[in-house]
Order: sequence, then C-alpha cells, then structure tokens
Amino acid sequence: MTEEIIIAGFGGQGVLSMGKIMAYSGMMQDMEVSWMPSYGPEMRGGTANVNVILSDERISSPILRSFDTAIILNQQSMDKFEHSVKPGGTLIYDGNGITRHPERKDITVYRIDAAEEASKLKMQKVFNMFVMGGFMKVKHILKTEYVIKGLKKSLPDRYHHLIPMNEEAIKRGMEIIREV
Amino acid sequence: MEKELRLMKGNEAIAEAAIRAGADGYFGYPITPQSEILEYLMEANPETTTGMVVLQAESEVAAINMVYGGAACGKKVMTSSSSPGISLKQEGITYIAGAELPCLIVNVVRGGPGLGTIQPAQSDYFQATKGGGHGDYHLLVLAPSSVQEMADFVELSFDLAFKYRNPVMILSDGAIGQMMEKVWLKPQKKRSEEILPWATTGKPASRERNIITSLDLDSERQEKFNLKLIAKYREMEEKEVRYEEFMTDDAEYLFVAYGTSARLCQKALQLARAEGIKAGLLRPITLFPYPKKRLNELADRVKGMLAVEMSAGQMVEDVMLSVNGKTRVSHYGRMGGMIPTPEEVVENLKTFIKG
Repeated sequence: MTEEIIIAGFGGQGVLSMGKIMAYSGMMQDMEVSWMPSYGPEMRGGTANVNVILSDERISSPILRSFDTAIILNQQSMDKFEHSVKPGGTLIYDGNGITRHPERKDITVYRIDAAEEASKLKMQKVFNMFVMGGFMKVKHILKTEYVIKGLKKSLPDRYHHLIPMNEEAIKRGMEIIREV
Repeated sequence: MEKELRLMKGNEAIAEAAIRAGADGYFGYPITPQSEILEYLMEANPETTTGMVVLQAESEVAAINMVYGGAACGKKVMTSSSSPGISLKQEGITYIAGAELPCLIVNVVRGGPGLGTIQPAQSDYFQATKGGGHGDYHLLVLAPSSVQEMADFVELSFDLAFKYRNPVMILSDGAIGQMMEKVWLKPQKKRSEEILPWATTGKPASRERNIITSLDLDSERQEKFNLKLIAKYREMEEKEVRYEEFMTDDAEYLFVAYGTSARLCQKALQLARAEGIKAGLLRPITLFPYPKKRLNELADRVKGMLAVEMSAGQMVEDVMLSVNGKTRVSHYGRMGGMIPTPEEVVENLKTFIKG
C-alpha cells in the first residue's frame, strides 16, 4: 500500500501540521512516511501545501505531481490541484469560500464543511482535525488511536490539554463528510 | 541514550546527529533553507550535556574561521550554510584544505546565482567537487538523499575528515533539509579527549612545536606539498568511492542522479519500467571521489546515460569523463528552485531514447 497525499490551503489553516500528524501516525503504524512542505514565500501568508506519503515500502520520490488523495481547503488550491488527482483517486474539499466546485467525473469527490462546523462549535482552533477525521473516514489507513498518539508526539507539551478537543473534532469530521 | 526512532527534518537530523557523534563545536550563521540546524542546536544547548559549543557567529566569514581555529586544535568542528553563505566561506575552506585540517561543512543548496532563491537546487556541484576556493584542492563530498543519510553522514564525515586530515562537505539541498522522514539516531558518543600529534594544543617540552599554516613561500616545497595533497585525493579515489545501484542488472538506459534528484529518479524508474523501458539508476553517494570506474563499466552494457540534476548540467560532465565516449550521455535538469517531477523525467528519458 502506498498513499500519496497533498494537503493544500491557506497558511494558518493547519495544513502543515495536519500533514505532520498524518506522518507521525503512519510512523507509529510502522509505515514508511515522508512529509515535504512548501517552504517558500507562500509560507509567509498566502497558500501552503504539503506532500505526505504513507507506504509499506521504501519511499522513492517525496515530491510528486499526481496524488491518490488531494485535500483542498481554498479556491486557489482547487484551481491548482484538482487536476493532480490520479484517475480513480480521491478529492476532499471544504466548501467554505469555494466558488468553483470540482468538476472531474473520474475521481471520487467528498465535501466536508469543516470550517462551518468548527465555527458553529467554537472549535476553530482544531479546524484541521475535522478535515483529518473526514480523511480517516473515507480512507481507512490511519487508526484513531495512532492519530492521538501522533498528536501527542507532534504537539508541544503546553498544548496537550487540547488533545480531547482534537479527538472530538476527528469524530465530528467523520460524521459530517459526505460524497458529492 | 539508546538508538532512537524519530520523525525529523533533514536539517534537524544533522544537528542531532552532530551532538550524538560527539562533535566539539558548531559555528554558523542563519540562512534559509538550513536555519533549523542552528536553531535546533541552540535549543538543544548541548554545552550543558556533552560540552559541545554552539555559537552563532557575526557572519559566515567569522564562522568558517572559528571552524579553522577549532580544527587547528584537533577538535571535531563543523559549520553549515546555504549557497550564498557557502560562497562567503570559500576563502576559509581553501585555507583549511591548505592547512590539512579536518572539519565538516554542510551546504543545504538553494537556487543561484547570487542570492537566487530559497528553493532547492543542485547548482553548487562544481563549487563543491572541483575546489570552490582557489588552488588545487578537493573536499571529500557526500550527497545524502534521505533524512536518514543526513544523520548518518555526520559521523561518517567526521571519521573521513580525521582519517585524511581534509575538510568534508555534506552537499544536500533545500528539499532534503526541509522534509521530514523517519530517522534512526545512534546512541550518544562521548566527545574525544585524545590529543592529536599535529594539533596546536600548547607546546610541551617533549615535542617540537606544531605549525599550522597554508603558506609556504618556497616553491619547491610548495610543489611537494601539492603532490602530497594529490596523493591524498588519489587515495580517496581508491578507497572512499560510495554509490548505490537500482535495477542496473538488466538496464538498457541508466539515470545518474544524486540527492533529491536520485529520489525522483527512483520513482521515474518505476514509471519507465511500467511502460516497458528497462531503466536503471546509479546514485553517486560520494561526489568527490566520483564513481568513475563503475560508470565506465556500466557504459559497456547500457545504450545511454541520462544525468538528472537540478542544475544547468554540472555533474553530467563527470559522467562524460567517466564513460569517456563509450556511450551516449545527456542531461535533464530544472533550475531556479524548480524540482522536476518523476513524470517529466520519464518524458525526457523517452526523448533521449529516440536520440
């Protein structure tokens, strides 16, 4: 099994940290993992993206052009990466701020209104974990217990009190994702 | 401290590996995309645990001369920077090579020339492998292509630097520096307390004074010294060549690529094989000394070699020298911080095959 993922959105949406938690979780499930961020000027505001690979085998290229799964969190990223999903692949997107919805018919498209739900529950801080829950629901690769372990590893100690909130967000994310 | 599995950036892996290898000192100045090395060391504050000194110098020029000083005392010292900063260090590096001192220099390459860009590139190959500063000298150059190798090559670099009394460079790039992968870290080594016979440690009555300099105004003596250096480089070519091969047994076409490009080519290889093209890959691990002999052998068996680099074509010259006209050689590369995709590499291989 090799899952090649891109997560793309605005800086500040937790794109890089979601990828990091995926990588940590995969590592704890004894997978080979890689996490390759965009670290250019876009990091200083604007768009951010990260390539994450989870695999049972040695990972070849950590940098990719086509993906099994694209997780898209803003319009710019939709424009840039909708066409990077492999035929038969998966696209997950948050409908918030999207003016042009995905048009491809050869992939499975899921929508998760995570920003709206996070705002409703006053849990904006863990917005990215709603999305993570959605990903976990549709792609059975990462197990919740390892994602929680991954969170513990990747979050500094001072944020560990937020772990239950993250867990709640993951559960809710699993409930609200739906196939388009 | 036991062997330990962690998820780390390449830059962080270098820093942690330096502490664990028992390094005595790090002297650096921040620059993207390698600032995490200095940041990690500052936060780890190894002076309180192993006694390793970590210092942010006032400039790159100061940092390399601190390395020169530390190395002259026989200490395990290192610096790191990225392309423009490495250019600033070149005067110090040639002096260190001329004074036959061991040290580790890490270059996490970004696109150039000039200040260029902060994105990954491999455009410092000539500078790293052909000297860099003035005079006839070489660094021993290691090219990691994973975070694990970023960690492993630190201790290896120190071992080689002291074995040959020669500066060693780890030539990485922004992609490997910034990406995270699993890394097995070795247990903590103690810092060495050995006093080396050539080091300037204060002259006791029991020995002659040690002089460390790169200056000799007597041309005959200087030429003898040049010949001695060259003999040292020849010995490295005999003993220290390292490379890795992928599917070369039945390969008709060979990618030659190091570092990040070698990772891309591993994927390109799979894609090409899926289309029925018998591709293989030779990944040089040492860039100086270069795996000339092995490439020359492979040249008898393949129909062509494609050097893939994130540069305008630098390493390809060493491929050509290695095969010496025995087979077709071409180059594919991107520049300015652009990273070729594996698909792009396969397309270029197909064009190359057509001739």
